[in-house]
Amino acid sequence: MKLRKSKTPKQSASHKKWTIGFLIAAVIIWVFYTYIMYNLPDGPQTIFQNWFPPTTINEAMVWVICALGLNIVVGYAGLLDLGFVAFWAIGGYTAGWFMSAFFRQVNIHLGSPSDAAKLPGIHVTFWGVLFIGGLICAFFGIIIGAPTLRLKSDYLALVTLGFGEIIPQVFTNGENIAGFNMSNGTKGISPVDNISVPGKILGPFDFSWKFAIFVLLTAIMVFVSLRLRKGRLGRAWLAIREDELAASMMGVPLMSTKLAAYAVGAFSGGVGGVAFATHVNGVFADRFNFSISIILLAMVVLGGMGNVWGVMVGALLVAWINSTGLPAFGDLVNNTFGTSINFPSYNFLLFGGVLILMMLFKREGMIPESRLKAILHEADDTTSNVGGAH
Amino acid sequence: MSLFSGGYQARQDRRRYLERTLSIIAAFGLLFWLGINFLKSPSQFFQASLIGLSNGILYALIALGYTLVYGIIELINFAHGDLFMLSAVFSANFITIWFHRDSSSPAAWGLFLMCLLTVMILAATVNVGIERFAYRRLRRAPKLAPLITAVGVSFVLQFIGLRWNGSGPKTWNSVLPSGYFHISTIKIPYTTLLSFVITTPLLILMSWIVTRTRQGKAMRATAQDQDAARLMGINVDRTISFTFALGGALAGAAGLLFQQTRGLTSYNLGYQLGLIAFTSAVMGGIGNLQGAVLGALLIGLIQGLNDGLPIGLGQQWSQTVVFSILILLMAFRPTGLLGKAVTEKV
Repeated sequence: MKLRKSKTPKQSASHKKWTIGFLIAAVIIWVFYTYIMYNLPDGPQTIFQNWFPPTTINEAMVWVICALGLNIVVGYAGLLDLGFVAFWAIGGYTAGWFMSAFFRQVNIHLGSPSDAAKLPGIHVTFWGVLFIGGLICAFFGIIIGAPTLRLKSDYLALVTLGFGEIIPQVFTNGENIAGFNMSNGTKGISPVDNISVPGKILGPFDFSWKFAIFVLLTAIMVFVSLRLRKGRLGRAWLAIREDELAASMMGVPLMSTKLAAYAVGAFSGGVGGVAFATHVNGVFADRFNFSISIILLAMVVLGGMGNVWGVMVGALLVAWINSTGLPAFGDLVNNTFGTSINFPSYNFLLFGGVLILMMLFKREGMIPESRLKAILHEADDTTSNVGGAH
Repeated sequence: MSLFSGGYQARQDRRRYLERTLSIIAAFGLLFWLGINFLKSPSQFFQASLIGLSNGILYALIALGYTLVYGIIELINFAHGDLFMLSAVFSANFITIWFHRDSSSPAAWGLFLMCLLTVMILAATVNVGIERFAYRRLRRAPKLAPLITAVGVSFVLQFIGLRWNGSGPKTWNSVLPSGYFHISTIKIPYTTLLSFVITTPLLILMSWIVTRTRQGKAMRATAQDQDAARLMGINVDRTISFTFALGGALAGAAGLLFQQTRGLTSYNLGYQLGLIAFTSAVMGGIGNLQGAVLGALLIGLIQGLNDGLPIGLGQQWSQTVVFSILILLMAFRPTGLLGKAVTEKV
């Protein structure tokens, strides 16, 4: 195996550049949406409202958080997870349970915002629920991972897929589980509590403050991803990704390392879920379907598996295309040429095509991780030696 | 894994013991549930079993495609279920829209057979095409790559289904005889009988091709060791294409049968049924043809009983039941019912 010499100094310099770029972009976007956009003249403001509405930006940040979690599982540890939507759903319902008046039977308040003080139900502060959601998801990640991580990678993909089917169905049918209303069925749980920051309670339309919070969460995720990757655990993940057998011979404990990847990935899925619940001000069972898992996968693959910054760019791009870009572009084309093509219905083709083409021609993604690139194309060299499958 | 650590043997024994105990408890629970239901309403029990088995035979046709492909190139072909869906949509269009047949008559039955042939050939061609353009280049790439590609192909096929069939489900009239006959109190529709009559020869033919013909021998050799097979003068590429063609043809037949017996098509059909079929394949032991059929019948039966019995979880938990079985199987017996434990090739 050709392992390239590690380029630590150069890599950390590039991380520094990306970090600064990320922060500057975040500040610019925040300033723009807080102070400038609503003071623009009508023309440009409509353009921004059509192409980059603040709700899309915030939703994209939630996608980024989840995609970064999936990146740890798929990109770092090389385990294919096709049911990531389960963690998103569990995180969302955690927010529904702990941040709303849903459980009227009880009356628990833990640092809840002042406007929820009189309501029945469980009200825990947003910051606490982030942790609870993350921990519950990590727990489920371990539950589902522990018996199945012994399996071959493709079986694992299938089990996660099954898990991603079961969990949303449990929530959809959860209105009456032995007489207990767990999830309010298809009606969902709404509204959830507002987020309280010192001196302010953020209403459902405080987009720019929520943006700041989501950016903070993303930054924490990026930091954690980068630190983990450099540490012992991260190196163990990469070793497993590259050659499981060799890694176990070198003394990497396969099970616990894989489980850790699963738990960390699930944790961020939970955080993303909680964030999303506050973003849409509720949780609704029918939102959680298989295509979310695939879109997340497309984000990771498109951006570059294993590269945090690549995944972030991929996630922003795909999330934007999915929620606003494609419909807005469709409107533009339809208005210009007088056609009536339903552009959003092409997203299946788009994401499927992205997955196929990226795998066939640019497996390492848009912003590749140098090490992964070497591995993914290692196979191309051996083909010529063995006599070729062509 | 920790092959050389001290307690390995003891741990294996404990594990085996645990597995045996759990499976005995599960079996008793299952029998108890079936017994109660049987006593409560025997006719409903048999009716539900019949529905389950007629679903199961369809799952078997799809499951064989998964198991064949997995057996030969170790790829979970996620697109297979969607091929089935496209076949169903094609059959509906072929019979009802292009040839304007929506009621049962001898001419329509002839058309049904013609459609069977057409859709099998077409699905086989499409499946071979998918293998040629999407999977072949990735045969030596890391496992993740072909898997993700398969998911991508599945999405593209779903897109075609979405454009062709519309976003909602569509209902169609069947050209098969619609009546039913009785055995004591159990209603047996002619369509159920027909799907057994059509499926059984296909399964036998399939089994004959794999076990008795030269091409089947080449398939088994390729499944064992591609490089060795190539050295023995087997055209590996052609053999793999042939396998995809077989699987595709069966999916095509399943599509037509599903459309005619249920009278329903929808673009996300393939995803749901594909997953169930794959579960069946795993249940029987993936790569094992008889296993896939057995697993499919069992899964169909379990699903039918769960949906139809008076004391059961009911239809809204159908998927959960099937996938819980999948997860439990994966955890405790990944080799399936008929599969043999194999050490992974390094």
